[in-house]
Amino acid sequence: MAPQVAKKDLSTHTLRYAVRLGDDALILGQRLSEWVSCAPFLEEDIALANVALDYIGRARMYYQYAASLSPHHKSEDDFAFLRGERDFENYLINELPRGDFADTIVRQLIVDIYNFHYLSALRHSKDQALAAIADKSHKETRYHLRRSRLWTVRLGDGTEESHQRMQRAIDEIWGYTHELFTQDSLEQLLVEKNIAVDTASLRTQWFTDISATFQEATLTLPDTEWAIHGGRKGYHTEYLGRLLSEMQFLHRSYPGCQW
Amino acid sequence: MLPQTPKKTADTEKQKRALFQRKIDAGQKIEPNEWMPSEYREMLAYQLTQKIYTETIGMQPESCWVARTPTLQRKVILLAKIQDEGGHGLYLHGVAETANIPREKITADLHSGKNPYSCLLDYFIQTWGDIGAIGWLIDGAAICIQVSLQRTSYGPYARSMIRICKEENFHQRQGYQIMIALARGSAEQRKMAQDSLNRWYWPALMIFGLPDDQASHLKDSMKYKLQLYSNDTLRQKFIDQTVPQIEYLGLEHPDKNIKWNEERQHYDSGDIDWNKLSSIVKAHSSCHARPRLQHHRKVHAEGSWVREAQHAYRQKQIQRKLNAAA
Ligand SMILES: [Fe+2]
Ligand SMILES: [Fe+2]
Repeated sequence: MAPQVAKKDLSTHTLRYAVRLGDDALILGQRLSEWVSCAPFLEEDIALANVALDYIGRARMYYQYAASLSPHHKSEDDFAFLRGERDFENYLINELPRGDFADTIVRQLIVDIYNFHYLSALRHSKDQALAAIADKSHKETRYHLRRSRLWTVRLGDGTEESHQRMQRAIDEIWGYTHELFTQDSLEQLLVEKNIAVDTASLRTQWFTDISATFQEATLTLPDTEWAIHGGRKGYHTEYLGRLLSEMQFLHRSYPGCQW
Repeated sequence: MLPQTPKKTADTEKQKRALFQRKIDAGQKIEPNEWMPSEYREMLAYQLTQKIYTETIGMQPESCWVARTPTLQRKVILLAKIQDEGGHGLYLHGVAETANIPREKITADLHSGKNPYSCLLDYFIQTWGDIGAIGWLIDGAAICIQVSLQRTSYGPYARSMIRICKEENFHQRQGYQIMIALARGSAEQRKMAQDSLNRWYWPALMIFGLPDDQASHLKDSMKYKLQLYSNDTLRQKFIDQTVPQIEYLGLEHPDKNIKWNEERQHYDSGDIDWNKLSSIVKAHSSCHARPRLQHHRKVHAEGSWVREAQHAYRQKQIQRKLNAAA
């Protein structure tokens, strides 16, 4: 039987859950936005900016919802700009450097397939605000996934060089995927309340989908065993601190200003 | 027979030219497959290429601030603006293709240094205030020109300008809104706004090109309606519209001697340093380092494996289809 959770606690937990989802979206959106005017050709500058915009927009929706649950009159910008490295609870995969185009496409494929199933489930959350965000986001993710699948196949089955770059990118990121399917007690509790998504239940489908795309792209799954965890506990790679110091510098330099 | 042929060609050329000019004078559009004088084609190619560089290289200076915007809302707006500029680059590449100027050539001529681009694009964007000033003043100046180009004589060009202008208005507004927030903000923010205004006002005036009496192609491009108003006319329009905007912000005008001229019904500019400003436009060779060009070259080279892979994959697909059909 699920432990009794007071209403106030539930709203605190939901707030924290929404902030986490916002962190995932913001950090990845920030990384993607680094591609603007660095992409392999102009159409990709535009397309990657578009995906970045979707993610940052998504972060704003989660943060705004969290702010509405907060008793301390917080704003979306307080969540984004006034928390430090240990406060962010995004999955580590989102904070990795953008790398080359292969690194970005592989990360997007992993995350897009994950989000496709995740948001599908979150649409049925008992929390209506989260369900509404998921509904809007799922439409965007369908488009993102079409893109990352297409690119994975093109690059995997393109030239010798592109194949090698893709395979290297997969091998280097694979250990970061395990974290996506493990949940702490906070999320487990919200799963029991039908608010959060049970990520462990998505794993088989995710694995089937990504294997199929890799096969079409003539790429192979790595057989290495390493796995890295920590994001949901606020244990991060060194990359996050640098990302935050750039992102937050102006906002923090002029405390309390309107922009 | 023989001596007559060149004369006949000359006549036809003359007739064609007269017909062409009559069309332009009547305000009709020239469409891609029509005959056009070679200098018209050259001027058109030059203008389009310059505009494409401005749109696409212009993405760089602004994108260097995307990571550091002071709020999430500003991040979304700035990203959307830069994305628009990329879109403008694509529309204009489309226009250039109708005039038989392939995209690869435009890029290659940029990289080889054959075609210069405005030095203005190499100006450093130092503070967040610069992002506001650029949207407000640089996009604002560009709009003055682009609005007039909605009536330019080359059909596809005119039509692309109608689309572009719709988005440019949003660019100027977001820049001005940044300035309003700064001007109404803390003392430090006001200082930031004034500093950016001081640095970007003069370059904005140069967007319109050299003064009319020094602009060599002005007469021809106006004759062909590749330019609808002279450089000085458009510049004056911008100067006039900017004065009340600066007043509204409560900032000081960077031109200390600007004065309303009752007789001309325009503002007289005070101390424009034409020598310095002309060097911005003319002397691409005098810019020592061209960081934006170097960046463009580097990114293009880094992306080559992606473009090659895309091509190789397409070829494989075609081959597979052929094999399946055989
Ligand atoms: Fe533009
Ligand atoms: Fe613009």
